[in-house]
Amino acid sequence: MCLAIPMQLIERSEWDGTAELRGVQRQVSLMLCPEAQVGEYVLVHAGYAITTVDVEEARKTLELLDEIVREDIPE
Amino acid sequence: MKPSDAFSDRATVEALVSRAREQASRLDRPVTFMEVCGTHTHAIAAAGLRRLLPQKVRLISGPGCPVCVTPVDYLDRAEALAALPDVIVCTFGDLVRVPSSCGSLEQARARGCDVRIVYSPRDALAIAREHPSKRIVFLAVGFETTLPTVAAALAEAESEGIATFQILPGGKLIEPPLRALVTDGDVQIDGFLLPGHVSVIIGSNAYTFLAEEFRVPGAVVGFTPADILLGVSELVQQVLERAPRVANLYTRVVRPEGNRHAQELIARFFEPVDTRWRGLGEIPGSGLGVRATWAHRDASTIEVAVPEPREPGGCRCGEVLKGVIEPPQCPLFDRGCTPDAPLGACMVSSEGTCAAWYRHERFGAGAAA
Repeated sequence: MCLAIPMQLIERSEWDGTAELRGVQRQVSLMLCPEAQVGEYVLVHAGYAITTVDVEEARKTLELLDEIVREDIPE
Repeated sequence: MKPSDAFSDRATVEALVSRAREQASRLDRPVTFMEVCGTHTHAIAAAGLRRLLPQKVRLISGPGCPVCVTPVDYLDRAEALAALPDVIVCTFGDLVRVPSSCGSLEQARARGCDVRIVYSPRDALAIAREHPSKRIVFLAVGFETTLPTVAAALAEAESEGIATFQILPGGKLIEPPLRALVTDGDVQIDGFLLPGHVSVIIGSNAYTFLAEEFRVPGAVVGFTPADILLGVSELVQQVLERAPRVANLYTRVVRPEGNRHAQELIARFFEPVDTRWRGLGEIPGSGLGVRATWAHRDASTIEVAVPEPREPGGCRCGEVLKGVIEPPQCPLFDRGCTPDAPLGACMVSSEGTCAAWYRHERFGAGAAA
């Protein structure tokens, strides 16, 4: 039930926004995440954006994973 | 490769598994970690992670599926409300199939009760706008991820003056059961994989008590195979170093302080109350009741006749929810209780431990040891 998916906010007016994932659009409420800007990714749960996705932090995690993969390749 | 794929990429997963194996080889005893979130339970089973993990690392599932921990008398009350002629009960889908004392919400609907499945509390509010002569009761179950969405819908109902929108409070908090589990003694837990999306709301700082008061390691993790394996690796490392802490490995969405807007909305409409959990019994302060100020929004104040709660004989959901037994140890598992015809709550929701085992691990259970 705590499933939430990252979608891109493509439009907003006041508390309502339109978010998109792979061409599928959905109306989302921004009441829990008023700071979200158009173009940003938001995590959507039960019709509400619950946070913005920090792209820089996501990149750091991917780099960490990359590092682990490289370490694992036998020399 | 798209970034989202990298978290499920085979080479990444293999590298993480081999790292976890190397770390685990340095453990002087087997360890047991608990994932407390139903979405983690489902993700672990679907990716077959239990079989990839080192032998010394055992993953058990906790009480993090809100549908599974909702006690039977809540469902009985929901059914009684649905039987009232002027009431439309709105609920998330999983709840309709959970057996109650005399059937289920699905069966109530088949009898002609107006029970509607919604994706969001906002959808329930939309139904309230369309049917002004009906009373709309939204079944508000869930943890801190979901409760702010319910609070937001209540705030909208208040500002629009939609008097007919009510909720049946069934929300749960994550901290009290974590405390109950670490002090329980029935099962030794060496670390927790902490729920990623609950943490978006409450923040990673909310778990420091685990390390500080109980010296139990914790890791907040996301939901891809790589996220979960990173978490396992982190927990093993904390055990090796004898340095319990709360590691936030889901920084792309979880901040230390959480989502303040959401926390404020929860606090505006709800207050902690003692509540019962299926399997764990009553835990003080572990539920969220509607504040007295908003009593007109609280459908639990509607008087209805609720039958004496009755649970299916032989069902061991309670022990499954505490991680004391694994699903195949329940006498009903796959013998009368299946996802198509569930007897216990853990078999209903796709996030339930029994359902996840049935779908993904039934034939490999022996290999998981």
